[in-house]
Amino acid sequence: MYNKLSFEDVKVLQDIVGKENVLCGSEINPDYAHDELGGIEKMPDALVRVHSTEEVSSVMKLAWEKTIPVTVRGSGTGLVGAAVSVEGGILLETTAMNKILELDRDNLTVTVQPGVLLMELSAFAEENDFLYPPDPGEKSATIGGNISTNAGGMRAVKYGVTRDYVRGLTVVMPNGEVMKLGGKIAKNSSGYSLKDLVVGSEGTLCVITEAILKLVPLPKISISLLVPFVDMKSAIEAVPQIIRSKVTPTAIEYMSRDTILFSENYLGKKFPDTKNDAYILLTFDGNTEAQVEEDMKKVAELCLEIGAVDAYIVDTEERKKSVWSARGAFLEAIKASTTEMDECDVVVPVNKVDEFIKFTHSLAEEMNVRIPSFGHAGDGNLHVYICRDSLSDKDWEDVLKKCFDRMYEKAKDLGGLVSGEHGIGYAKKDYLKNQLGDVQIELMQNIKRAFDEKNILNPNKICLFES
Amino acid sequence: MNILVCVKQVPGSSNVEVDPITGVLKRDGIQSKMNPYDLYGLELALSLAERYGGKVEALTMGPPQAKGIIIEAICMGAQGGTVLSDRKFAGADVLATAYTISQGIKKAGEYDLIICGKQTTDGDTAQVGAEVAEFLGLPNAANVLSVEKIEDGKVYFTASLDEKIAKMSMKMPCLISVDGDINTPRLPSYKVKQGVTDDMVKLLSFDDFEDKNADNYGLSGSATQVERIFPPEKNSEKSTFTGTAEEQSESLFSLISARKLI
Repeated sequence: MYNKLSFEDVKVLQDIVGKENVLCGSEINPDYAHDELGGIEKMPDALVRVHSTEEVSSVMKLAWEKTIPVTVRGSGTGLVGAAVSVEGGILLETTAMNKILELDRDNLTVTVQPGVLLMELSAFAEENDFLYPPDPGEKSATIGGNISTNAGGMRAVKYGVTRDYVRGLTVVMPNGEVMKLGGKIAKNSSGYSLKDLVVGSEGTLCVITEAILKLVPLPKISISLLVPFVDMKSAIEAVPQIIRSKVTPTAIEYMSRDTILFSENYLGKKFPDTKNDAYILLTFDGNTEAQVEEDMKKVAELCLEIGAVDAYIVDTEERKKSVWSARGAFLEAIKASTTEMDECDVVVPVNKVDEFIKFTHSLAEEMNVRIPSFGHAGDGNLHVYICRDSLSDKDWEDVLKKCFDRMYEKAKDLGGLVSGEHGIGYAKKDYLKNQLGDVQIELMQNIKRAFDEKNILNPNKICLFES
Repeated sequence: MNILVCVKQVPGSSNVEVDPITGVLKRDGIQSKMNPYDLYGLELALSLAERYGGKVEALTMGPPQAKGIIIEAICMGAQGGTVLSDRKFAGADVLATAYTISQGIKKAGEYDLIICGKQTTDGDTAQVGAEVAEFLGLPNAANVLSVEKIEDGKVYFTASLDEKIAKMSMKMPCLISVDGDINTPRLPSYKVKQGVTDDMVKLLSFDDFEDKNADNYGLSGSATQVERIFPPEKNSEKSTFTGTAEEQSESLFSLISARKLI
């Protein structure tokens, strides 16, 4: 049903974005066939690098008219194949749209193009005494990608997720029409919130070409606490008690000794403590030392009371770096520890985290496979990795399917959902459908149709299946 | 074995501003912390004490609130520490600082090994360690990367001599200044902090010292004067490599090896 990109189409594309910004066939680096995790692979027919809303609009008009599939891509750091052009066609790369356009100190917003990297945005905000709170581990992801997956990250416990910080979007519809959704406004009861529908839509509804993001004043003080426990069970069981204490840390992460050792290997850098089997890492922030220390003390004392081995204070730039750089490298470190892996980013109610983690441990034993995990204990979003190690092709396929089926089923039983922050993309569609059921999937398909009648934008993702 | 680690309280942020008129560091409202280079020394001391048995103490010179970093050293595993504090010590340059510390060490206890960090992040002179050793009449070595063993009253260590690495041994008592980034310093323990008592930190002042000639301390004991302090120029120089992937990687390799980054 899609048309192939013709020589004439390529010429038109070259006229729109410039000859040097259209790559075809073997000119395209093979990395554009997959995302960070790999597994789902398909080369686009053309890679088109765009620089402005107008260019995106012209490209979409052509694609609409000729019924050519278009997949939007930022840094390609996704984990579920959302930015892979599974139907070929045009891969629209937004990384050159990387300007921070405006800092509005009166409305506490920053306006950015979608190709700005998360690390660039957070550094810019901090230089100006602001904080952009969403803090996913992958700092080289683009903001466009973060918005498209509704990325969460480590500070979600206190500050929420990307959606909570998107005030307005400029988008290009599949037919090339440019629209503004939301704006520099703090409240909005004006009809359906299309802006919120676009956040998390993984490039299936429209192309984001500009975003107005909310900032908060930069908290002056932040202290982390690394709390060692004798085993994972006691570490995870401590989390609900910390939450019940009503102190609100910005982050509560859990990590096992194994994962820390992988990251030591991967980074070639020692972690400050590896004597214990399990750790919880918490951060507290605020504007006065006294207040932050009070929070930190309360939690440190609580942890010691309920059986923590100790509570280590992570209070200086150097100490934070030694701990958080390891935490930031966990995904890559686990990846480097095995031959192949696949991930599961379920989210469960916070008070079910311990039950889910215990389940993955017994599953690992039962299936005789390594299932390391780490994640956001404080918001229920877990990153669970199934490692192939020395399994044969057939065994790997078999084990992977069984493990995924069991884990998603368990998450559902516990009142959780398929993805906390990585999205559905191409890889997790079946699990989403199983969990949500036909009615909700059909509703999603109808929304997709309302935006993109011709189904040219990122086809076969989230709720759409190959016909 | 008794090990003493010299530590210093420095501004908590690396983005400290210099007052353009007075040339003095703006310390108002800035938190302080232990000099990061001293943490490597402390970690080395604590791991040696774990290996060979013995006691680690910390010593600092500064205003009374410098007690905070001695407590921090205790939370990391030191058994106690000393603060050298007196108005007469104020305004000291490297020479007067080293002299004051050497006088303090004589009063603080008997040590087999004294460990200093390479330099401080606020003064950056990297001279105090060697001068303290000189005043105490002890052998010393700088840029120490690791201590291999302690045996028969000698410390066996590796030190960086810029282009070469030297393996040496030195008779104790002696002083070593350790290089940066040689280990990952352990974190201070909240559990230990709960049990810290006042008597774990000794306070020594001018009156406690052997040499009671005030001219040897502080501003009057200083041989040098600071004329101007200014932040180092920020280098935002960028190089772009062109050519094939092989040519580009070749250029990158020559650049980083020329700068001794690898």
